[in-house]
Amino acid sequence: MNIPLTSQLINMCAALLLLIAFAMLSQRRILSLINLFALQGLILAFSTALVAHTSNQHHLYYSAGLTLMLKVLVLPWVLHRLIRKLNIKWDVETMFNIPTIMLVGLALVIFAFNLAAPISQMAGTITKSTLGIAMASVLLSFLMMITRSKAVPQVVGFLAMENGLFFAATSATYGMPMVVELGIALDVLVGMFILGIFFFQIRVAFDSLDLHHMEKLKED
Amino acid sequence: MEIFWVLGIPLFGGLMMAVFGTRQHAPEFNSALSFCTFVASAVLTTRVITGGPFSIWGEQFFVDAFNVFLVALTAFVGFTTSLFSRPYMRIEQHHGKLSINMLRLYYSMYQLFSFTMLLALLTNNMGILWVAMEAATLTTVLLVSLYRTPASLEAAWKYFILCGVGLAQALFGTILLYFAAEKILGAGGTALLWTHLNEVKTQLEPTVLSLAFVFLLVGYGTKIGLAPLHNWLPDAHAEGPTPVSAVLSGLLLNVALYAVVRSKVLVDGALGTHLAGNLMMAFGLLSVVMAAFFLARQKDVKRMFAYSSIEHMGLMTFAFGMGGPVATFAGLLHMTVHSLTKSAIFFAVGHAAQKSGTQLMKDIRGLIKTSPTVGWGLALGTLAILGMPPFGVFTSEFMILTTAMHTYPWTMPFLLIALGVAFASIFGRMQLMVFGETTGHRLPHPPAMIPVFLHLALVLLLGLYIPPYLADWYRQATALIG
Amino acid sequence: MSYSALFFQLVQNVLVLLAAPLLLGWINQCRAWLQNRSGAGMLQPYRNLIKLFHKDAVLAHNASPLFRATPYILFACMWLAAALVPVLATDLPLSPAVDVIALVGIFALARVFIALAAMDIGTAFGSLGARREMLVGFLAEPALLMVLFTASTISQSTSLITIVETLAHKQFVLYPSMTFAAVAFFMVLLAENARVPVDNPSTHLELTMIHEAMILEYSARHLALVEWASALKLLAYMTIGIALFAPWGIAEGGNWNALPFAVVLLILKLTIAGAGLAFVETMSAKMRIFRVPEFMGTAFLLAVLGLLTHFLLET
Repeated sequence: MNIPLTSQLINMCAALLLLIAFAMLSQRRILSLINLFALQGLILAFSTALVAHTSNQHHLYYSAGLTLMLKVLVLPWVLHRLIRKLNIKWDVETMFNIPTIMLVGLALVIFAFNLAAPISQMAGTITKSTLGIAMASVLLSFLMMITRSKAVPQVVGFLAMENGLFFAATSATYGMPMVVELGIALDVLVGMFILGIFFFQIRVAFDSLDLHHMEKLKED
Repeated sequence: MEIFWVLGIPLFGGLMMAVFGTRQHAPEFNSALSFCTFVASAVLTTRVITGGPFSIWGEQFFVDAFNVFLVALTAFVGFTTSLFSRPYMRIEQHHGKLSINMLRLYYSMYQLFSFTMLLALLTNNMGILWVAMEAATLTTVLLVSLYRTPASLEAAWKYFILCGVGLAQALFGTILLYFAAEKILGAGGTALLWTHLNEVKTQLEPTVLSLAFVFLLVGYGTKIGLAPLHNWLPDAHAEGPTPVSAVLSGLLLNVALYAVVRSKVLVDGALGTHLAGNLMMAFGLLSVVMAAFFLARQKDVKRMFAYSSIEHMGLMTFAFGMGGPVATFAGLLHMTVHSLTKSAIFFAVGHAAQKSGTQLMKDIRGLIKTSPTVGWGLALGTLAILGMPPFGVFTSEFMILTTAMHTYPWTMPFLLIALGVAFASIFGRMQLMVFGETTGHRLPHPPAMIPVFLHLALVLLLGLYIPPYLADWYRQATALIG
Repeated sequence: MSYSALFFQLVQNVLVLLAAPLLLGWINQCRAWLQNRSGAGMLQPYRNLIKLFHKDAVLAHNASPLFRATPYILFACMWLAAALVPVLATDLPLSPAVDVIALVGIFALARVFIALAAMDIGTAFGSLGARREMLVGFLAEPALLMVLFTASTISQSTSLITIVETLAHKQFVLYPSMTFAAVAFFMVLLAENARVPVDNPSTHLELTMIHEAMILEYSARHLALVEWASALKLLAYMTIGIALFAPWGIAEGGNWNALPFAVVLLILKLTIAGAGLAFVETMSAKMRIFRVPEFMGTAFLLAVLGLLTHFLLET
């Protein structure tokens, strides 16, 4: 094993991202969930900057900066504000059977690693082996969205999925063209603000942010 | 330059409506903006017909026969829907369902929604296409939740989450596409441009592209409303304002299908097999069958027609999946006539529901007595969507079915049974709603029936006679898709 | 084999025996400081042991020979385990026996005996504690094995000596898989040594106690041996952790000159690890017994993830 140190650091970041994805999957507290999300963004920004440094892809520095701004500062701040205003800062979600969820998550990770294996062999980037982890985090965030019944954790899962996709883009291709990345960032930001407004409306209409109340529209 | 106007007018309009949307003549202004967009798109269309495909601004935007036909359709239905929403929204306001600020939001988002759809159609960049689709989701989420009722919030939430997740898959597909393209075209802005990809499609890595297509199909397929990812669609259609249901069904689903077809062209080139087509056929067939059986169980009229949209989108996906000149031609024709017919039906249904004060079909009765235009509009629209001759839907469905019979005979029983079930359930209910004793009351504003009959007349025309330039145009698009 | 190696093996054996209560004392002292108490001093465990050895043992009437033998077996197992782990040097007479699976086996043997002894008297608490202990052990063992397997796939050997040599000797490499393994190992350590989130060594609350429930019937020298064995077990786990995740500075091969440095470094590492353990214990609250399977399941999961990450990122 003669991998340069920066590459090892990137791999380390990837492993940490996977760890955080699992931590989010099992986290019951909304506040800690948001903090984990911010941490995920921070690691993502750091690893992107590392990739930019090793591969001399200067546009990745902008991506890293964008990630830092958006996902470490702005979005967690918005979320913190939201949960403070909605007075759900200390909400704890009751989730059943965390071990089962974890096992499903483990199966997803194995699936993702297998799926990514042929693709990462084709990639020419130094980060190619992390593609499997990126895919796994996407799937894990997806699982988190399915298993949560409250609105805020679902949204955090959604944003975490976006993080996973971003990481996939970095590890497979050194990031998307800048114009696309800007567009995606704009969409995420706008979506977040819309959701913020949404939370209040849901709260007014249902008197709760628990989505169990939102099961009226069903097929008979 | 026309592209600039086609995109600039709705974007500018969205900002203008955000400022002036509370004025008394905002609805007229909204229609005027949509009309200008339509005129610009018509000019663009004539230019493409006479001059052939072209691209501008560093090839970031690209027009060929395929997308210009959708641009024209989108602008046209956008315009007629804005005409329809003028009295419709006034009635809703009169009924106290909407405040003036909600109307401002509606007009602003309506224009921005048109902008995002046109951007998705006109952009040459697969990444921007994704961005535009996501932006279209965001604007429509706000439109669906316009009434702020618990049901509409629930529908909007479901819509946002499901389509958000779906589009995330599409983003992953786009990343994989870029990954494959970057090897041939080099890193940077050009590797996601469709025209460039199309030139080198045979050299793209087949494994990566097939995986990318699966993600793209699942992602944009959510947006098309393909089963089993369709759950958001009936809710969003039933709970949003009717003009929004009309543009969702008539336009947004088409745009999503457009994205899938564009991807399919690349994947087919890279793989040289029929994998993409087979996947699309499977999803399409499943949607047709599933939607037909859900149709029979609906009580809400807008939900029922939403399922009918799923069925027709499934049929189109199936047609594009089969490929070949006839099926693709039929798919394009079906896109056109379905857009026109379905939006016309939603216009009529919207007024019918306003008359009866409910969307439940058992409470909508005897439309033809209180308001003959609405009644006839609904009756004719329903006949058209069910594929009765001489309407255009018959032509396209007939072409799809004959091709299917020829190339994939085993699909015939499924398709025929599904279409039969759909026919029986919709037709029976339409009869009860249109004829019989009435419960309705007069509307405070005269209903807008011109768009309904304009659309139906066009569908009838397309059933009887396809103008040569239109046929030529379809043929060009068919040649592009292959 | 040289006499010096034999001598160092003896030194290590005696050293771990004497150092174990000190480590426990240090952790307790740290906890006291963190909780704003003045604490009993680092030497308190020694005083406890001396006190217990001076008392007369009391045995239940129906105690079998097994009950009486268990403290000695326990003590022997833990001493052996603690003495086996390479903490100071890698080339000792006992080194060829240091296989990670064997180590897990020694711990399991001790567990079986203490559980049997707890049920031997037939009191409710003993059986309860034994049952809980087996539950925790049943879940912790696979997690521990997975952690060790991760380390052994890196070094291609299940011998702890080879693992330590691989991890300490070669050029500096970051192993993402070891991050997962470290977290999992720490969780196993907490559970196996009856530390706070899983069990609380300083209470006798019947609803929550696990380890203490099993040794309620012991007194005097028997209790002293059991307590000492627990301290040895904690030391063994900590040194295994150090060997796996921070083995730098160990005296390798026959390099006896590096030994003083290794001793100093080991003391430093243990001090830091003890303080860290105390910190975690202070920061976390005792979890309900029903949550323990979840906790251990997470540890197992992390260990498996470590293994998977190894195959993905490091091959």
